[in-house]
Amino acid sequence: MIDLSQHFEYIGGAYLLTFVFVGVLAAATILDYKNQKQRLADLEAKGVRRRSDEQVK
Amino acid sequence: MVWSKYWLMPLALISLALLAYGLFLALFNSPADYQQGETVRIMYVHVPTAWLSQSCYAVMVIASIGSLVWRHPLSDVAAKAAAPLGATFTAIALATGALWGAPTWGTFWEWDGRMTSTLVMLFIYLGIIALWRTFEDQARAGRIIAVITLVGAINIPIIKFSVEWWNTLHQPASVFRADGPTMPMSILMPLFVMFFAFSFLFLLLHFIAIRAEILRRRVRALERRNAQRLREQTI
Repeated sequence: MIDLSQHFEYIGGAYLLTFVFVGVLAAATILDYKNQKQRLADLEAKGVRRRSDEQVK
Repeated sequence: MVWSKYWLMPLALISLALLAYGLFLALFNSPADYQQGETVRIMYVHVPTAWLSQSCYAVMVIASIGSLVWRHPLSDVAAKAAAPLGATFTAIALATGALWGAPTWGTFWEWDGRMTSTLVMLFIYLGIIALWRTFEDQARAGRIIAVITLVGAINIPIIKFSVEWWNTLHQPASVFRADGPTMPMSILMPLFVMFFAFSFLFLLLHFIAIRAEILRRRVRALERRNAQRLREQTI
């Protein structure tokens, strides 16, 4: 069990910083994925298709 | 990459479970070190992120070889998607190392081999991310950045062996040694659980970033096609 009286500011700071960085990274990655998915859906809704898709039809 | 979407949820669950278990071991179920006291707990976030910062670069090196030798488009995508992840893990390793250094060495920073070469790796990551944003033609960018990534790989053995080559405040290797780890199981266990937690998290985020990059390229191609179609209509 951690003893909070010994250098807790450094230990807590290291864990807090790690999880803030990882949280921001995860959020940015997921948001980017959702954003690209939305942009693709918008383009497809406008009727823009890849040439290969049009040839199949 | 269609198969990767079936891996996202299991990877997320495994990462979260390992992270929760790792945090429990690191903060509540592992002893303080006989020399460093409670500050040894910083090791459970510092060392896994430092290992991952180098593993991530190794992923980029393999992808770059795939890109240059086989010209596989997914190699470019994998290399590009890994760079921000590697940069973040390197930044975390540097920051947590500084926070560990202050109470144990009496300084946040020392320009020694390990810390300086890790800082150089962060700059390499940032340079690679900037280069990807500079080029419009991503296929051309992929080949140029693959060469730069392979040149930058020289830094990996420098980081690894810096603690043996030069005088340093940083401790020498204490886990992967020819004569076995110098740590007891009570410290090794949380260290490896946290390493696997961050590794699964890296895999998860890498898969999502690869999927996002594939979509971005598809969007770019469709936008070009749409612009061309509009131009043809006006003529």
